[in-house]
Amino acid sequence: MRIGDYRQTYEHDESIWPTAVQRAWLAALLLALALFPLVGGAYLVSLMCVLGIHLIAATGLNIMTGYTGLISLGHAAFMGVGCYTAAWLAQRGVPVFVVLPLAGAMAAALGIVVGLPSLRIKGLYLAVATLALQFLMVFVFREWESVTGGVRGTNVPAAEFVGLTLNTDARMAWLIMVCAALLLLGARNLMRTRVGRAFMAIRDKDISAEVLGINLLRYKLSAFALGSFYAGVAGALLGYFYRAMTPEYFTLQLSIFYLAAIIVGGLGSLLGTILGSVFMTLVPEALRALVAVAAQYTPRATEILSPIQQVVFGVLIMGFLVFEPHGLQEIWRRVRRFFHLWPFRS
Amino acid sequence: MSGGFDWIALVEFAAIGLLSGGLLALIALGFVLIYKGTGVINFAMGEFMMLGAYFFYTARVMWSLPDWLALMLTFAGVASCAALVERWLLRPLAGQSVIAVLMATIGLASALHGAVDAIWGGQNYNMPQILPRTPLLLGDVLVPGKVLWSFLLAALVIGLFSVYFRRSRTGVAMRAAASDPVTAYLMGIDVRAMQRLTWIYAGLVGALAGIVVASITSLSPALGTTALGVLAVIILGGLDSIVGAIVAGLIVGVLESLTAGYLGGKVRDIVPYLVVLLILLVRPYGLFGTRRIERL
Repeated sequence: MRIGDYRQTYEHDESIWPTAVQRAWLAALLLALALFPLVGGAYLVSLMCVLGIHLIAATGLNIMTGYTGLISLGHAAFMGVGCYTAAWLAQRGVPVFVVLPLAGAMAAALGIVVGLPSLRIKGLYLAVATLALQFLMVFVFREWESVTGGVRGTNVPAAEFVGLTLNTDARMAWLIMVCAALLLLGARNLMRTRVGRAFMAIRDKDISAEVLGINLLRYKLSAFALGSFYAGVAGALLGYFYRAMTPEYFTLQLSIFYLAAIIVGGLGSLLGTILGSVFMTLVPEALRALVAVAAQYTPRATEILSPIQQVVFGVLIMGFLVFEPHGLQEIWRRVRRFFHLWPFRS
Repeated sequence: MSGGFDWIALVEFAAIGLLSGGLLALIALGFVLIYKGTGVINFAMGEFMMLGAYFFYTARVMWSLPDWLALMLTFAGVASCAALVERWLLRPLAGQSVIAVLMATIGLASALHGAVDAIWGGQNYNMPQILPRTPLLLGDVLVPGKVLWSFLLAALVIGLFSVYFRRSRTGVAMRAAASDPVTAYLMGIDVRAMQRLTWIYAGLVGALAGIVVASITSLSPALGTTALGVLAVIILGGLDSIVGAIVAGLIVGVLESLTAGYLGGKVRDIVPYLVVLLILLVRPYGLFGTRRIERL
């Protein structure tokens, strides 16, 4: 039981993990994550990889939508750009630690182009514009065959890292976990700087933010660039993980998946992003398991797996918006507060 | 190009485009009604179209009911769905941020789409032909009957709605509730009932459009995504303008038909989205929309 949280210096007050207990838990978590690929089964390790990638992409979307208030229905398009950039570079023998930032930068460049009109348009209009981008990019992925391989898709050679070929899920899991941890830390840090505060001011009321001296164009573009950078890195990792990619992966459905993840987790909260990503990655797996059981009784069960998944995503989005608008993060906070002084105060 | 250019083909493409634009305008009307009445872009419009088409198919073909009864049942079904959505999804979210409301309609779209897919399956159904198929010959230009009749039907419905909003007591009350809910409320108008009615009308328009579109092409879950292309129409016309929806519907119809004719179907499918991006860059409030002035 924690008695008090005394913050006696400014450094302490600004720190990300103020107490020793939190730091200990964090270290334990990191250690567990690092060891997991060695002991976990093949299925769990591959799930961990997918989860890490979703986490990176969802963090990017949360920077854009949750922190800065710029709705994007085209997050999958940015991921696709990152993925195909990575494929193109990797096929030409560029090492992975160069490919990842470049894939992110490419997506960020597209993000800046898309972000330019965001000074004039916002809210619903921005949503429609990013939706249009989503469809246009899928068209580009399908038709620009010399780079993307068209509908047949393209291959990504396995990543080489300090003499190690990352050709198993366990090895990829380490790469993904390191990237996810670095990018999450980066996002967490960003939100206590001037830039992060500016993002939140823009979200709360952009005109007021401008009156307070925040350069709207610069910060909105930064938010777009950052968010799509994260998506680009996630896309590149996705390419390295699956080793082959077709345009059918980066559809509107995936964009909606990420929006659902940040809404279910809690908009404008990194803890929420983590919880939301974990939850939304596990839901389809749970459904698959349920359907496998149901398939023993009715053969039609496997057929309706994907529609049922759509229904569940939709219902989750609507349910959280109506009943728990701050998401899982708020539930987590309530539970923690309940146990804070338990059992001495109910 | 000179000399050998096929002018008749051009006119034919343009004519077909203009007529199929009527249908786009009808779908756009569904969007505009809800945006004007409640300030929401309903991303689930395509799913209302799907519901309408599938209800009609079930009643007409599976239960082999007569046309008029099937149509009545379809309208009743979709209207009650729309009313439920308004009551249990949009009303609790009244006053929430744009992101929340938008995401709610996207969630609704996903849920309805999945439900339809799960119940009726992903296969194509052949809708019964409810529109006459006799083609119309204008000189050398041939216009397919289905396209012509769907245009006339769309024009009739849009015309009826315009008269309704101008002349009828309820229509005027709906416009009042849309333009200034607080004042309308103080004048004794039941704003909530008006918003419910808005959703019901939009649902009916969507259902009708869905039946017509499905009978022109075929019935499959892909029908739901056609409505997203209509976003181009409402952005071009201005989100809150019925006139804009009509004019923009015709423009986009012609554009689509011309690109389909000269550049192929794949390019046609992205034309609406190219139009959207261009319009948003040049004139975000559209041709006829109200320019929004923001105050703190």
